[in-house]
Amino acid sequence: MTGLLVTGLGVVAPTGVGAEAHWSSVLREEAAIGPIEGFDPTAYGISLAGQVRDFRPADHVDSRLMVQTDRWTWMSLAAATLAAEDAGYSAPEDAYATSVFLAAGSGGNEFSQHEIQGLWAKGPRSVGAYQSIAWFYAASTGQISIRDGYKGPSGVVVSEAAGGLDSIGWARRVARRGTPAILVGGTEAGMCPYALLCQATSGRLSTATRPEAAYLPFDRRANGHVVGEGGAILLLEEPGAARARGVGRVWGEVCGYGATHDAHHHEDPAPDAGQYARAIRLSLADAGVTPEEVDLVLADGAGTPELDALELAAIGEAFASRSTPVPVSAPSSWTGRLMAGGSALAVATAVLAMRDGIAPGTAHLDDPVDAPGVELLRRPRVQPVSTVVVLARGFGGFNSSLVLRRYEGGATA
Amino acid sequence: MSDRRRVVVTGIGVVAPGSMGREGFWDMLTAGRTATRRITFFDPALFRSQVAAEVDFDGRLLGLTAHEVHRNDRFVQMAMVAADEAVADSGLPLGSGAAGAPDPDRVGVALGSAVGATMRLEQEYVAVSDAGTHWLVDPRYASSFLHHALVPSCGATELAVRFGAHGPAVVVSTGCTSGIDAVGYASQLIEDGDADVVVSGASDAPISPISMACFDTIRATTGNNDDPEHAARPFDARRDGFVMGEGAAVLVLEELESARRRDAEVYCEITGYANRCNAFHMTGLKPDGVEMAEAIRQALAQGRTAPDEVGYVNAHGSGTKQNDRHETAAVKRSLGPAAQRVAMSSIKSMVGHSLGAIGSIEVAATALALQRGVLPPTANYEVPDPECDLDYIPNTAREQKVDVAVSVGSGFGGFQSAIVLSRPSRRTP
Repeated sequence: MTGLLVTGLGVVAPTGVGAEAHWSSVLREEAAIGPIEGFDPTAYGISLAGQVRDFRPADHVDSRLMVQTDRWTWMSLAAATLAAEDAGYSAPEDAYATSVFLAAGSGGNEFSQHEIQGLWAKGPRSVGAYQSIAWFYAASTGQISIRDGYKGPSGVVVSEAAGGLDSIGWARRVARRGTPAILVGGTEAGMCPYALLCQATSGRLSTATRPEAAYLPFDRRANGHVVGEGGAILLLEEPGAARARGVGRVWGEVCGYGATHDAHHHEDPAPDAGQYARAIRLSLADAGVTPEEVDLVLADGAGTPELDALELAAIGEAFASRSTPVPVSAPSSWTGRLMAGGSALAVATAVLAMRDGIAPGTAHLDDPVDAPGVELLRRPRVQPVSTVVVLARGFGGFNSSLVLRRYEGGATA
Repeated sequence: MSDRRRVVVTGIGVVAPGSMGREGFWDMLTAGRTATRRITFFDPALFRSQVAAEVDFDGRLLGLTAHEVHRNDRFVQMAMVAADEAVADSGLPLGSGAAGAPDPDRVGVALGSAVGATMRLEQEYVAVSDAGTHWLVDPRYASSFLHHALVPSCGATELAVRFGAHGPAVVVSTGCTSGIDAVGYASQLIEDGDADVVVSGASDAPISPISMACFDTIRATTGNNDDPEHAARPFDARRDGFVMGEGAAVLVLEELESARRRDAEVYCEITGYANRCNAFHMTGLKPDGVEMAEAIRQALAQGRTAPDEVGYVNAHGSGTKQNDRHETAAVKRSLGPAAQRVAMSSIKSMVGHSLGAIGSIEVAATALALQRGVLPPTANYEVPDPECDLDYIPNTAREQKVDVAVSVGSGFGGFQSAIVLSRPSRRTP
């Protein structure tokens, strides 16, 4: 079958609300990482995050719904609306024709911290009526489906930071089985004290206090990552259905996907990059794309020396047959790692890069590590961008790879 | 039809309240025994609902290492124990490197969970906040495995590591339909050629103060605290809400041809799976059952199964008024006149409602029912509700050979799922 078409982008990210705001921030090389606002996190050994500062929930979410939901769901509701508006999409007469397949990582953190706090400080009767629907991992998916009247098959996938790509992998199976339009991706909001503490126990967060020294994927000074919030939701459509409704713009085509697991250890990555490389190869084979044809790789960019080295080894192995080094960028360096939202945002970044023929750079990459067979992109660069591979890894050994292509079908109307 | 990859169940493992393992679970169901009791995990005196179906579970006694118990929430531990039993039952030497073991690259994992490590997240929160005193939680009292608890995909990782499964791995978290959706997703992985074997199931351990409190406030759980053994009464006119449960079930799904090549014993074939959303309300259900009926119809259509071929419906049967009526309407709407003859029961009457896990526990029960020609009953069914007028197999298991069974689920968020299991002999060339 032909690939699914990306017809709508909804971005709520530290780099901006809306796809254009995000993309122009990346092109201006403005890292959206700064001191954590709202409380003093120094006890957790961290001080920086990629927070979404210009997100006004009331602009996007009905006030009645807002009190029932966590910040994570506000961002998902906003991103879903932006994606549908971008695509000019509204629920068709057949309500079963639209699906919602999102990734979730950590659920409704801040809402839940409040309720558990109240429960233990004041007793069970202090727990409000919305805890049961606000914090669980399917809350955002359910709320989007209800608000927008989408009754198609729906799902929620959790594979830590790989989830954004895995939601697309699942969506393709659903499309094959007959659902023509599917919202994918996801957002994340783990900025309350408890969720930050939980993430800090992974031992992978940077303790640096200056943004330019904190999250430095593929740099010799790499010392961990900075967490962020937000993400992206995208509308994918089956080409025939998109044509039938006269879709105006096609951002790109999802044409290959592969996922593997290290199955090595409950938190450490496998000592070799074999399974990660295999995920990349699976996605290329699925897309019918040769390594030579790939113009750009958007890497996971974990930002620790060991994980970065493994990723470069995986890319090197999967693209070994190329005659030239493969261009690689880590756009998450501009936002921090958004867990499930990050890989979804990378897909949006990839199609924006295709539209403009500009590969994004990597923040603060001043002293790149040696990377045989790889060309690490420090600055944005004008170049042909027709085929992009997006990579993501989830804590514990999840490896996912997605292949996107510029859509050459012309206007579909 | 011939080139379509077909999916069969070749191994089952269960961790359920009131029983030990798959066979203990089956004995309990067929005896019509209930496992609901006054909560023992904490003092429930301040809670409206004080009843639950608890598992007397000790991971160390069931083969887990001290470190596995230390780093994992109860939901992961129960998933590991159920998976061990399922894999042993399948006879597949997964992760052993033995001759005849499947290619590890072709083995996947799909674990469902509605609320993940909620119990551990709450316990740890009590420590780091000093029982809700400090919003700025104190890291000195935090365990090193809080990130594992925060993101439930650690459950899929543990299973992948355990069985050396290098294929696709995920946690599926669609609330109370997670257990059906995880198995449905796993069968899609095999159908689509992305795996030959998938270790698939679901686990949840929500019997903790925050979970009980949040269902208390919306009065979804039973208030029948004086008679805990009979508190779960699906389809009975006196029902007053569900009884919280916990547990896990894991199934080994395998591509039919590869199961056949190794002469594996097959419980059943998965011949259809579908889900739909009601797009209506996060917790409310319309009485007409339209979307659940659509899920059932679509799942039957995938296996080209006619409604009158369905001999058994394993109900969601949570024991809330709105669910039982919604579901009864959905079965009538999807099966038509055949609904009047179909046998239908809710094992939640015995093992409670373990949120996401129960979907897989019910799929396991349905697979065993097909294989053994015995249908589990609905316990505590005494006073019929005129609006629920199907055959709910009251109180006593029934010996009845069935060729096709449907298991359905319904959950917060509006999710409605259906999976169709068929006896392996049916239509096997």
